[in-house]
Amino acid sequence: MKYTYYPGCSVSATANLYQESIDSVLPGLGIELEELDDWNCCGATAYMSVRELLSFAISARNLALAEKYHRDMVTPCSACYLVLNKTNRYCEEYPDIRKKVGQALEAGGLNYSGNIKVRHLLDVVVNDVEKEKIAGTVKKDLSALKVAPYYGCQIVRPEIGLDDPDDPQIMDELIRSVGATCVDYSMKTKCCGASLMGTDEKKALHLCKEILADAERNEAHCIITVCPLCQMNLDIYQSKVNSLFGTKFRIPVIYFTQLIGLAQGKSMKELGLGRLGVKISGEMKKIIEGA
Amino acid sequence: MSFEPKIVGFLCNWCSYTGADLAGTARIKYSPNIRSIRVMCSGRIEPTFIMKALYEGADGVLIAGCHPGDCHYQEGNYKALRRYRMLKKVLPDYGIDPGRIRLEWVAASEGEKFANVVDDFTEEIRNLGPLGIKEGLDEMMKDDVIPHHASGGEKGGDDNEA
Amino acid sequence: MSVRIGVYLCHCGANIAGKVDIDAVADFARGLENVTLVKDYKFMCSDPGQALIQKDLENKLVDRVVVASCSPLMHENTFRKTVERGGLNPYLFTMTNIREQCSWVHIDSDRTTEKAKDLVAASVRRAFLLEPLTKKEVPINPRTLVIGGGIAGIQAALDLAEAGKEVVLVEKEPSIGGHMAKFDKTFPTLDCSACILTPRMVSVGQHSNIELMSYAEVEDVGGYVGNFNIRVRKKARYVDSELCNGCGACWSKCPSSRVPRKGNVHEKLSLGPTTSIYMPFMQAVPAIPVIDRDTCLYFKNDSGACGICAKECERGAIKYDMTDEIVEFEVGNIIIAAGFKTFDPAKVKRYGYGRFDNVMTALEFEVMNCASGSTGGNILMADGSEPKSIGIVHCVGSRDSHYNEHCSRVCCMYSLKYAHLIKEKTDAEVYQFYIDMRCFGKGYEEFYDRLLSEDVRFVRGKVAEISKVPVTETEEGKLVVSVEDTLLGTVRRIPLDMVVLSTGLEGSETLPEIAKLCSVSVGKDGFLIEKHPKLGPVSTATDGVFVVGGCQSPKDIPDTVAQASAASSAVLSMITREKIEIEAATSEVDEDKCSGCKLCNTLCPYQAVKFDEEKEVSVVNEALCKGCGTCVAGCPSGAISAKHYEDRQIFAEIEGIFSGGL
Repeated sequence: MKYTYYPGCSVSATANLYQESIDSVLPGLGIELEELDDWNCCGATAYMSVRELLSFAISARNLALAEKYHRDMVTPCSACYLVLNKTNRYCEEYPDIRKKVGQALEAGGLNYSGNIKVRHLLDVVVNDVEKEKIAGTVKKDLSALKVAPYYGCQIVRPEIGLDDPDDPQIMDELIRSVGATCVDYSMKTKCCGASLMGTDEKKALHLCKEILADAERNEAHCIITVCPLCQMNLDIYQSKVNSLFGTKFRIPVIYFTQLIGLAQGKSMKELGLGRLGVKISGEMKKIIEGA
Repeated sequence: MSFEPKIVGFLCNWCSYTGADLAGTARIKYSPNIRSIRVMCSGRIEPTFIMKALYEGADGVLIAGCHPGDCHYQEGNYKALRRYRMLKKVLPDYGIDPGRIRLEWVAASEGEKFANVVDDFTEEIRNLGPLGIKEGLDEMMKDDVIPHHASGGEKGGDDNEA
Repeated sequence: MSVRIGVYLCHCGANIAGKVDIDAVADFARGLENVTLVKDYKFMCSDPGQALIQKDLENKLVDRVVVASCSPLMHENTFRKTVERGGLNPYLFTMTNIREQCSWVHIDSDRTTEKAKDLVAASVRRAFLLEPLTKKEVPINPRTLVIGGGIAGIQAALDLAEAGKEVVLVEKEPSIGGHMAKFDKTFPTLDCSACILTPRMVSVGQHSNIELMSYAEVEDVGGYVGNFNIRVRKKARYVDSELCNGCGACWSKCPSSRVPRKGNVHEKLSLGPTTSIYMPFMQAVPAIPVIDRDTCLYFKNDSGACGICAKECERGAIKYDMTDEIVEFEVGNIIIAAGFKTFDPAKVKRYGYGRFDNVMTALEFEVMNCASGSTGGNILMADGSEPKSIGIVHCVGSRDSHYNEHCSRVCCMYSLKYAHLIKEKTDAEVYQFYIDMRCFGKGYEEFYDRLLSEDVRFVRGKVAEISKVPVTETEEGKLVVSVEDTLLGTVRRIPLDMVVLSTGLEGSETLPEIAKLCSVSVGKDGFLIEKHPKLGPVSTATDGVFVVGGCQSPKDIPDTVAQASAASSAVLSMITREKIEIEAATSEVDEDKCSGCKLCNTLCPYQAVKFDEEKEVSVVNEALCKGCGTCVAGCPSGAISAKHYEDRQIFAEIEGIFSGGL
């Protein structure tokens, strides 16, 4: 299965460990990614709220470029996924926006006819690869590992229809198909604060604290995420959460692709797991090494 | 004066005719181009009715029945849908634009929808022009009489061929 | 044959005449072929208006009548009767709608008048080809079938039985009583549900005019008004009702259970024994237990390993080899009282029903409150302790575009009742989370007022989420209700021990099947559609089929009982008539043209067209035919005609529209 790949800015910088695990894990699942030539920033959620039309135009440029590949476009980032899908939807539903975006693209010698389906990497891994195939690549027994799936607020919005917005299950399914134990907890779709961390850190830290606390209360060894920003907030800022609220969280926050890699018996180094903010230690380490 | 199309509507008694009545009770205004014929069920509407209407000079024909699942006679509207789709395919063979016929589900409570449908369809037919023009019949049959807005066929037609 | 058509134009005050130039239409009509007389009048439906037509008929001035006025749905019957009084067959009359679909909906006066002319011309052409039809009469079987044994069905059955008419009451559960039998108290009077219901249930069981078929389902309905053929499947109870005396020895010794054995308090909620052989509740009618095949050890083991109940039964009433029994009978009318089901709140995942202990449905809470229930009427948490705080969430699955748009009407009131019961039985704090309080019935608002002074907290706002994620210490171990308090204008988090979800009402699971059997439609909201929302609230589009109670729309007990009595009175008026006229505008097969392809046999939704093997042609049973005309349109040989809607009549209408007055 071949897809056009839209990496987004994060995975080529702060979240390069996400990219490393993607490169390491996907070939084994029969997923081939071809990077979109000359892609640009999607504008992220921040730009969308400042200059909506320009934001549509710059993300539509990526969609226009993708059309020559005649394939679905896959992104590993929740914000890119949301923004590109929103651009698609608005261009389809609002003739006025479609017209203006079209003019902008035309100025750049491009044209978008609306035929690109934008998908999240999680969607492709869970829905395009047979469960048996994923299970077949598993080499390590992770049944003792309790994993809390953290969906974040962006991939299961009702208008996209990827999964139930209140109680999504696709990551739960993935955890089970790699043989780990899935933790059911209430905060799996609650916002991590996203870019609020840059403007009102205290509020964002509070949001992160609730997610971490609920995962800990339900005895999760680790949290898995599908988004570079969620991962950064929950991982890198975990020590700040601890110092602000006097908590003692030490919950590794890893990407879902890293979990698949672990189950496939790949090394921590290969998966970029050495560079986490909160290191894998204690019981989780024992389970991974022992398995 | 701009072209005013004449549209024949076949409405089922229980949903669409009642819905059209409701538009009246609510005094919702719509274009006066439609002349409706009441039948008990959209399942009664034969393709020949539509052909007859077009032959007599209708520029468009609207068929309206109960929403799927709501048919007073359980499933007459499904039969209407099948016949409609068949006719849509056949019309081009007669040189008639299939856009001249339209099937809509109008419930007894949907007076406003009925009015909107009539307005919308009238506009569409207005854009298509009089029957025959869009189809290029005027060129083909310049010397023949085009039975538009004129009485044609035998009076009280006993033609029952289905 | 010369035909003399009379055209009668109605002004309808200014309703028609204000927009349509009546004189112009009258002049136009005078010029139409076969029209010998044109009259107009201010109100054609008034007595003098009708007399005008009647007199012309009596004087033999005309022999076809066209009335151009309002919609035929409004006055077709009025004028049919007028025409009949004038001595003319009522089917030689046709109506032109120049009000609802003409004068009321168009702006330009000239174009509206033009349209009215076209419509009149169409009707005149149609009138020329009309044929007299004879209405047929069929006798009405005085027996009535009531489907559903809740309070609606009970009331309807008793009314009819008391009037001396026979009733067959079919209930799918082992006992009649329906939802009302599960209630403890009824709002707003707080009288005990069992106390008022049980005597009625007993009367049904004992009444000589009522044949009760419990644990049975209607499988087939054939025939037509006055003459329905019914087939009922009586499910095997595995207990012989003739021999059983309801002593209870069987269930007291039954070793297997219908519910999880170590289940928490809430999982074990029941009004009757939780064993595999059980009575649904102690006041059950009939007071005969049934065996739950799924959990019974005898059936599970297949080897007949258990058999304890059979050994315990002194009268030998346990019959493991019992099979379903099919009974067939005839009735004249059918009353559908199939009831409702409550919304499944597990669909609203953010309310945590099914995931969290102590989030329960209203019906579960109702059973818990019942003195005869498994908790003895005590309000307990899943672990058996008494709650210190309880929240009641209104409109769960109601007034919500994701689930049901309708208001379920009873939830506000039963929620108030719960608040009262909680205050009466416990020291718990009570919160009501509501959108609007709808206390519309007799004594309802007064009950709400009373609760306002019983220290119940009312929070106006829709609950966003029920979670178990504590943010503060007081929230530890509690269910946290997040809600926007729209009166305070703030978001609140309220920690509670227990939450009751006031689930809305929906049509029962079996309703679509019953509706299909009886040729009644189910509306978008999942309830059965009555003939007219205001003026025909218990009859349906199918003659002889009536709807009552929760299957028609959510309603409380007083409304249900009133509607049930209304339906039984409608049935009584049918029975008293002894005969009924049936639709004359049916389909008819021309045997000479019929090729015997049987296509029409499959098209007919009423099985009214059957193949005559001897003659090798299809034949229409006029009593079954409802005149939809689907078979007519489908006949490849043009052998079937729809009386009153013949092809030639419709063709004539089309021609009339385009005749331009010729």
